[in-house]
Amino acid sequence: MSTTTQSKTGPRKLAFGMPTPDEIAAGGIPGLSARPKLPVDLMDKLNASELEEVEDIELPTEPMQINMGPSHPATHGTVRIVLTIDGETVRDSDVQVGYLHRCFEKEAEYATYTQVFPYTDRLNYVSPLLNNVGFALAVEKLLGIGAAIPERAQYIRVIVGEISRITDHLTCLGASAMEVGGFTPFLWMIKIREWLWELLEELTGARLTHSYVRVGGVSQDLTEDFIARLRATLNRSLEPLAECEKLLVKNRIFRDRMDGVGTMSAEDAIAMGWTGPCLRSTGVPYDVRKDHPYLVYDRFEFDVPVGSVGDNYDRFAVRLEEIRQSMRILEQAMQQIPPGPVLLDEPRICMPPKNAVYNTIESMIGHFKLIVDGIKVPPGEVYSYTEGGNGELGFYIVSDGSGRPYRCHVRSPSFIITQSMSKLILGAGIADIIPTFGMINMIGGECDR
Amino acid sequence: MSKADLDKLVAQYPAAIVSSHSNFGDDTAVVTKESLKDVMRFLRDTVGFDLLVSVTAADYFGREPRFEVVYHLRSMATGNRLRIKVPVHEEEGGPSAEVATVSDLWPTANWQEREAYDMFGIKFSGHPDLRRILMYEEFVGHPLRKDYPKEQRQPLIRRDYSLS
Repeated sequence: MSTTTQSKTGPRKLAFGMPTPDEIAAGGIPGLSARPKLPVDLMDKLNASELEEVEDIELPTEPMQINMGPSHPATHGTVRIVLTIDGETVRDSDVQVGYLHRCFEKEAEYATYTQVFPYTDRLNYVSPLLNNVGFALAVEKLLGIGAAIPERAQYIRVIVGEISRITDHLTCLGASAMEVGGFTPFLWMIKIREWLWELLEELTGARLTHSYVRVGGVSQDLTEDFIARLRATLNRSLEPLAECEKLLVKNRIFRDRMDGVGTMSAEDAIAMGWTGPCLRSTGVPYDVRKDHPYLVYDRFEFDVPVGSVGDNYDRFAVRLEEIRQSMRILEQAMQQIPPGPVLLDEPRICMPPKNAVYNTIESMIGHFKLIVDGIKVPPGEVYSYTEGGNGELGFYIVSDGSGRPYRCHVRSPSFIITQSMSKLILGAGIADIIPTFGMINMIGGECDR
Repeated sequence: MSKADLDKLVAQYPAAIVSSHSNFGDDTAVVTKESLKDVMRFLRDTVGFDLLVSVTAADYFGREPRFEVVYHLRSMATGNRLRIKVPVHEEEGGPSAEVATVSDLWPTANWQEREAYDMFGIKFSGHPDLRRILMYEEFVGHPLRKDYPKEQRQPLIRRDYSLS
């Protein structure tokens, strides 16, 4: 009873304790007038002419240097950005990478070709299987056995690769959403990523460092119910993914932080060596899977999403759409995958089955030779490229005919795109650095190798 | 596929091409150090290789010239690819180990040439900002050289992180 009388007595208050506009106009709020005045009331002290003079006084605008990183709470990835700022505006910046350098290329020269796979896991560590596949294809190109890889193995490589691409994009989108304030999409996207990683863990035995691909195929066949579980997982992730999209795409705060920030033209992007989702956001439809099909990518129907402006929002939207396209590829691959072996039957390249190693002398010798000497790769040099999570992932391998690479260079897309960071944030505000850095998706392990 | 582009290059600069091959399907031309800039400009402007995919180097220790700088190019219009290699001598004894930078033709070469300098000690003349990139300034030697031992230890550097 009392509540209804209360609501009838006066106009509804906007929030608890807040005066209504009418009350303010009437000046009848004792609390307001009792508030202490500002210590210096400029309007009291200055008359109009003095005020004009004050406006003419120039504030000192010396540029200031500040450090962002190497470990900054608002960015993911270890990078140090030395900023020269004028107020809030970035006038100059020096991006310094290398904090996660783990000598991949040096270590690879001392490892057999098979031993390099665990190192490739640690390049782009949110999509390790794409690196595995990229390196395997490079060695197979040197060996000249690309066409002989069993078809089932090629399909498995596509399937695990596309799962990895989805996890890569989910990490990028989720983390970037979190950095501009959207915590819920982050949690949901990481949850989807975890479902997919559970599948991969069941398949490969490791959650993150899979080392699943081998020269000549993959280490083991899919588990019995893998296809069914993958299909169920993809179906299950559609709903939270759509929710995330709804939460972000029409979110005013998110759009304000992303739209028109970090814009890059297509010509500049090509000159800066961009590839992958970042290049596609500028409108260039270059996708290695479409333009230079490897594995069995020419058998799938999928679109290459492109942006039009080349800003952070386009990079976000391209990645979001690529997750859907990856799901399309996965669906087709799951339907088409044929039965058969998953490893090439060639004792000089592939490990014999464990059973044969223990029971036949030939297999045991073969196993021993492969472990000690490594795969004998003919001398020569190749550059092999695949579509990684961030763009063209290339391996330039020089072989001297021994079991270890003479030189192994990774063309890491992150490293090359991070180079443009200075250009992207020039003239932008400090707050714009965070979404821009998030959307170029610098992965420390891949960038610094 | 892009053999035509390689032929075009060989026809245009017969004196600059030391050798060429198409092993493993990768068209490759070895170009003299002196003519690198002309060749690269020709490839970018006339043949249309607008994407410099990667710049790296390799150390063939015991061979003369010791180093090779390797460029991978791609044409966005045709999708053709080409590899250009430049032999470079070591500085001591032989001629200068300097290669002309291509970072004015493709800005993407900036960091990649810095990396080649950092890892192999190859100097790029005309480079706007040739500093170490993955290693720190005080690092001694160039780690990807074949005569740099993998187990080599470096002294701990106490760095002054204040901004100069």
